[in-house]
Amino acid sequence: MSLHTTASQTVGPYLHIGLTWLVTSNLAGPGIAGEKVTIEGRITDADGAPVNDALVEIWQANASGRYAHPEDTRDLPLEAGFRGFGRVPTDDDGRFRFTTIKPGRVPGEGGVLQAPHVNVTLFMRGMLKHLCSRIYFPDDPANGADPVLARVPADRRGTLIAQRSGADAAALTWNVHLQGAGETVFFDV
Amino acid sequence: MNAKSASMPTAPLAGYRRNDRGTQPDYLYPPYASTVKRSPSHPLVLLPASLSEVTGPVFGFDVLKAYDNDLTKQHAGEPIGERIVVSGRVLDANGRPVANTLVEVWQANAAGRYPHKRDQHNAPTDPNFTGAGRTQTDAEGRYRFVTIRPGEYPWRNHYNAWRPAHIHFSLFGPAFSTRLVTQMYFPGDPLLEYDPMVTSIPDERARRALVSLFDWESTIPEQALGYRFDIVLRGRDETPMENYLPTARS
Repeated sequence: MSLHTTASQTVGPYLHIGLTWLVTSNLAGPGIAGEKVTIEGRITDADGAPVNDALVEIWQANASGRYAHPEDTRDLPLEAGFRGFGRVPTDDDGRFRFTTIKPGRVPGEGGVLQAPHVNVTLFMRGMLKHLCSRIYFPDDPANGADPVLARVPADRRGTLIAQRSGADAAALTWNVHLQGAGETVFFDV
Repeated sequence: MNAKSASMPTAPLAGYRRNDRGTQPDYLYPPYASTVKRSPSHPLVLLPASLSEVTGPVFGFDVLKAYDNDLTKQHAGEPIGERIVVSGRVLDANGRPVANTLVEVWQANAAGRYPHKRDQHNAPTDPNFTGAGRTQTDAEGRYRFVTIRPGEYPWRNHYNAWRPAHIHFSLFGPAFSTRLVTQMYFPGDPLLEYDPMVTSIPDERARRALVSLFDWESTIPEQALGYRFDIVLRGRDETPMENYLPTARS
């Protein structure tokens, strides 16, 4: 039996009514091990105008590289309080912010370990189906051998790697350019 | 090989099949004006499924509260409008039920108004209606909401533009790859053929699949009309991903 997948439709401008009940901006609650980081960013459109009605969701492994999902059966530690899911709407200036832990490495293509990354889903008015991207971490030695980054043209890879916001190594910035100069890489997952 | 090796799952995993051609809108669809500045100009980069894509957030029933699935009982009084039951099944593209998955909905009130600061339509708000709900599918993939029929409303996409009556649906399914946000429409709505969100879907059958069906079985006598809306999420590939096999099978 093979059915057609239901068509995607936009979340529209009033997504907050249905989706903000599950806002989760802190994935690094009590008892969650790992290197705490903040990831903040701004979503802009083709004109550089802020997108003030987007929703950003993230999905990530814990610091040991384990996903809180029944199919990740690897014998790695998993904290009871770790879900690995985040959701925040953008503010009036198109900004979003998560507090989380840097995830560990998980296996990927060819059995090669992937570099630490956070999986991202974006929803907004004017987007008929969601966009997926990834956030990688600056200066991580594993980035050079990551099988997903290797699939991305070298001149666009930088759009997937967060930057340090300042002197604090735990404060990261990852901006999203939907279209045009510096357009963020989006994935067909 | 050590079956509990940290770098390998204990068993090969299959990925999720990509959608059939024409069943999904493109990012750029100029008749829906807001897509023009918000759609990527580069093609998406194809990713082979890895553990990152075949896993996804899991929510327990603990996230739900009483009346989350009855939008007519969330306030002191009854909302204005025609009570309806919206129910259906969540299946995957292989026809298997998607059990215990979170379903989130939101919609306008009977007058076509959202209680939202950016909704400037001059139709009345309803103090007894927020228009948000959620539930989890049961073991057979079934879900059910009680609500009121949402009104159509104008928007500024083009001259004299009106959205057909609709309910927004958000689903997770079992994996990062199965996430879906869509809209359910009502049978016989004359606005459907003028709506760029509907016409953005190339395949006519895929458009029709967003239109719910009147459902006598779920209609409650003297209380509420029933509408059925089944949702299909991506289905699993039959074959495991080769990328999970050890590179050297010695």
